[in-house]
Amino acid sequence: MIEFSNINKAFQEKVVLKNVSGIFTQGICNLIIGASGTGKSVLLKSLVGLIKPDSGSIKYDGREFTNIDNHLKQDIRRDIGMLFQGGALFDSKTVEQNVMFPLDMLTKMSKEEKYDRVNYCLQRVGLENVNHLMPSQISGGMQKRVGIARAFAMNSKYLYCDEPNSGLDPQTSIRIDNLIKDITHEFNITTVVVTHDMNSVLEIGEHVIFMYKGEKVYDGTKADILDTDVTSLQDFLFANKLIREMKAHK
Amino acid sequence: MKSFGKYLILISTLFVRRERFGVYVKLVVDEAISVGYNSIFIVVIVSSFIGAVTAVQTGYNLVSDLIPVSVIGTIVRDMTILELAPTIISVVLAGKVGSNIAGHLGTMRITEQIDAFEVMGINSASYLILPKILACMIMFPMLIIIAGFLSIYGGFLAGTLTGALTEQEYISGIRSGFQEYNIWFALIKSLVFAFIISSISAFNGYFTKGGALEVGQSSTTAVTNSCIAVLLADFLLAKLLL
Repeated sequence: MIEFSNINKAFQEKVVLKNVSGIFTQGICNLIIGASGTGKSVLLKSLVGLIKPDSGSIKYDGREFTNIDNHLKQDIRRDIGMLFQGGALFDSKTVEQNVMFPLDMLTKMSKEEKYDRVNYCLQRVGLENVNHLMPSQISGGMQKRVGIARAFAMNSKYLYCDEPNSGLDPQTSIRIDNLIKDITHEFNITTVVVTHDMNSVLEIGEHVIFMYKGEKVYDGTKADILDTDVTSLQDFLFANKLIREMKAHK
Repeated sequence: MKSFGKYLILISTLFVRRERFGVYVKLVVDEAISVGYNSIFIVVIVSSFIGAVTAVQTGYNLVSDLIPVSVIGTIVRDMTILELAPTIISVVLAGKVGSNIAGHLGTMRITEQIDAFEVMGINSASYLILPKILACMIMFPMLIIIAGFLSIYGGFLAGTLTGALTEQEYISGIRSGFQEYNIWFALIKSLVFAFIISSISAFNGYFTKGGALEVGQSSTTAVTNSCIAVLLADFLLAKLLL
């Protein structure tokens, strides 16, 4: 479980996050949604420690993450896996080396154990016979899947995904979404997905937070979201024709 | 001043939260091969011509019969060891190696690869920058030694082939009044320049913000700043050590 309370962040004069609080529950897909520039990615980067919030508290299963010593922060970070928007695969390493990298750096596993783990992770995301290819030699969707394999190679307790479907075709997007959902349930991970893709919300959104102008204006489930009376969320949701039709048929 | 402070903080972070020693050995070897092997061609070309041009121009300026032509060898040797090999080659390497370092780190930054290291709990600065600095500090002195030999040999070829002086006169010139300390001075300079070029380029690349355009700007800034810093350090070292 990830708890965060009263997170504030401003870049010079521009306030990006205003008193944002919430809880992300273990074993489900938690979504942060909102239009571009509403603070979703800043919130995500604050949660993983890439951006230091101006104030507020973040706790991982009760362990304080803000304002602690770097060594303690490092321990928590080793439980975190993250899928970046562009995959962020190390372009000088092969697919296999990318997935093996956290195991090489952070574990004392034997070579055989590492290879077994890498092969298992790659198989689990549906990738075989790509071990020796470079990231530039595989498609965007495959890069995302390698990114997921790398993110959970360390048996991460927390999985963050930043816009996992950006730049992907609808079919591949659904495949990535389902993969994230399956992995979350199978390994009982606390998963947090930042997206503005309504298909993802409908596909995997078990718990949804909606951000608007740096504030959290909705916190609920996918089932309740269509009945929301929050105007900004309605504007966001019903910009999508499919959602309008769903609402009409409900 | 703000950038300089940021640079010093970056350098200090290279030595905290380091990874295992063995991790760095492989990285330093890989980087050293990349720096050395990829730079050897340009070093050979530049240094050979530097020596050749120095010999020809010194011969052109020697108009007095009172000065023996063997002085050409002496001048090529001293200019090569004291200045041309360490400084000019370092400036050339600032363009070659410096832009490569800044471009590589800048690209890693904008494609979130550096963020990926941080999320894993790995000190990205130490993992990515320290091996590059160490590799440059190992390879630059070697490249400077090669450049020194080739520059003096280039002077020999140019001097003898143009008929400015004989082989014996050139060899006599380069042996005359040789001071071993000058070699040490050149090596100290190459070490300092290696640190300056690699760290400044890494600094510019590591803090790149934006996209492809900014990566290009970082590379340009890295080369410009490295060259200025090398020339400044060259003057300071000459004042301090000679």
